Amino acid sequence: MSVASLDRPITAAVRQRSPWAYAVPVLGFSFIAAFPLIAGPHYAILMFSAMGFAICLLGLNLVFGYTGLLSFGHAMFVAIGAYTAAYLTAARILHLEVILLTAAAVAVAAAVPVGLLCIRYVRIYFSMLTLAFSMLLYSFLYKFYPITGGDEGLRIKMPASLLFDVSRMDTVGILTGPFYYYVLAMLIALTYLMWRITASPFGLGLRAIRDNQQKAEYLGVRIQRNRLIVFVISGVYGALGGVIVSIPVGLADPSLAYWLQSGNLVFMLLLGGYTNFFGPILGSVVFTFFQDQLMSYTEYWRLTFGIVLAVIVIFLPNGLMGVLDPRRRWST
Amino acid sequence: MVHVSILQASELKKFYGAFCALDGVSLSIGQGEHVSIIGPNGAGKTTLVNVLTGLLSPSAGSVTFRGRDIARLDPVRLSRLGMARSFQLVNIFPQLSVRDTIALAAISTLGLGGRLLSSLQKNNAVWDIVERVSALFGLSSKLEQPAKNLSQGDKKLLDVASAFALRPEIILLDEPTSGVSTADKSNIMQVLVRAAKETGIKAIIQVEHDMDIVFGYSSRIIAVHEGKILADGSPEAIRARADVMAAVVGKL
Repeated sequence: MSVASLDRPITAAVRQRSPWAYAVPVLGFSFIAAFPLIAGPHYAILMFSAMGFAICLLGLNLVFGYTGLLSFGHAMFVAIGAYTAAYLTAARILHLEVILLTAAAVAVAAAVPVGLLCIRYVRIYFSMLTLAFSMLLYSFLYKFYPITGGDEGLRIKMPASLLFDVSRMDTVGILTGPFYYYVLAMLIALTYLMWRITASPFGLGLRAIRDNQQKAEYLGVRIQRNRLIVFVISGVYGALGGVIVSIPVGLADPSLAYWLQSGNLVFMLLLGGYTNFFGPILGSVVFTFFQDQLMSYTEYWRLTFGIVLAVIVIFLPNGLMGVLDPRRRWST
Repeated sequence: MVHVSILQASELKKFYGAFCALDGVSLSIGQGEHVSIIGPNGAGKTTLVNVLTGLLSPSAGSVTFRGRDIARLDPVRLSRLGMARSFQLVNIFPQLSVRDTIALAAISTLGLGGRLLSSLQKNNAVWDIVERVSALFGLSSKLEQPAKNLSQGDKKLLDVASAFALRPEIILLDEPTSGVSTADKSNIMQVLVRAAKETGIKAIIQVEHDMDIVFGYSSRIIAVHEGKILADGSPEAIRARADVMAAVVGKL
C-alpha cells in the first residue's frame, strides 16, 4: 500500500519511506511553481484558480474521503470566502492576510452552527442537509439586493499584501507573479497541515468513524465532536479557497453558493480521486483546465462533463490518482 | 473467594413496543469471574448485553459499574470507565489495517483521541500497546493487512483484540466464536482467556451458544429464558438442573 492513499499505514512499517512517497508532492508543486514560466498568462491565472479550488477540496476530502460524509453544500464556504473579500475590499481593507483571516473566522462562525445541525446525520441525509444550507445562503445572496448586490453580486478589488508591494503592477502581473507564488506557498502550507491532521491520532479516528461508527464509539472515539471539528476545518479550507478563486474573477456573485458549484467540487474530487491524499489537488487542476478548453471548443461542455463523470464513476472509482499509481488505493 | 462486585444490574426491564425482552433481570458480576450467558434464541441474551453496555437504555432498572449508574452513559464514557465489548456479528473497520485498528484503541487508552497535529507514527506508547496486544492475539504477522482481508476467525480475534487494547476492567463478548470453524473456536477461547489473564481483566461476560465452550471455560453460568433469569450458578450446578438443560440446550 502506498503512502498517499488515505489508509496509508501511519505506522512503523513506513518508517523506511520510499523516495516515491515524496516524489508526488515535490514533482507536483515544482510543476505548479514553474508553470507561469512555461505557460501564458491566461493559463497561469487558470492555475491560480485551480490552486484555490485545491485548497477547498483538501478540506472537502477531510469530510468525505476521511470521515465518510459527503457534503453537497460546500459551495457555501466558497461563497463565504468570496463575499468576505468583496465586503472587505469595498471597505478599503485590501490586505490579503486580513481578508484570509477574516474569511476563516466567518467560516468558523458559520460552520459551527451548521455543522452542529448536519453532523448528527449521515449518508444522504447529511448531503441533503448541507445542500439545503448552501441553497439557503444562495437565496439570501440572491434576494437581499441592498446587502449582497443580488444577482449582480459584489465587486472584489485586487487585494494588496502586508508582505510586499504590488501597487505598481497590473492585474495580470500580480496574479501570475507575486500572488501566484503567495497562493502556492499557502497551498503547500495547507497541504502540509492537512497531511499532519490525517496522520494524527485524531486522523485515524476519522477513518474509523468512516468505516464503522458503532465500533469506533466503543473504542472510545468521540463521533460527534470529531465530526464537528472536521466540518469546521473543511469550512475554513473552503472559505480560504473561496477567497483565492474569486480574486481573478473580481466578483462575488450568488452562483458561487449554488448547488452546481457544490456539484463541481464533488466532481473535481471524484476526478482526482478521493481515495488518495493528493487526489483533490490533481482533480482541481485537471478540472479547471479541462473546463477551460472544453468551453472554448463546444457549447455542449456540460454534456461532455456528464459523460466524463459517468466514465470515472464506472471505470475509475479511484479517479486519476488511481490511474497514475494503481497501488494507491484504499487499502490494498 | 470474596465476592467483590464490579458490575451490578437490578430489576432491568426492556420493552420493544409491547414485547418484553427483559423482565426484571438482576445480577452481580464479581472480580475474577468468567460468566457465560446462555439461553435459546430470543431469550434476551443480546438485549441484556446491549443494555449492560449502554447500546440500549433499559425501560426500567439500573446498571451500576464501579459505583456509577451507567444505564444511560454513552459508549465513549463507558470505555473510559473501563468497560469494553465485542459484537456478535463481525464488527471491524474494513479498510483499516490490523495495526491501525488496535492503535485506535490504544489511542483511547492513552487519551490521545483529540490530538490533531501530533504524529501517530512517532508515538511509541501507542505502538508498544499494539505490539503487545497483537502478539497476545497471534496477529503480529498480519499487522499490515486491511481487516477486510482477514479470515473470519482472525476478524473475530481482531474485534476482541481491539476491545482488549482498551485495557478494560470488564469485557463483554457477544458470541466471540460464532460463525467460525470448530477448530478456530477453541483457539479463540484459549487466546482470549490467556489474554484476559495477562492484561489483568477482572471479569469476562460472554454470550455463548456452544455448550462445549460454556462448560469448558466459564466459572459461572447464567441461563436466560423469556427475559428472565432461569438459573444462575456454577457449571456443575447448571448441568444438574434438568429444567435449564431442557429449556436452553433442548435435551433432557
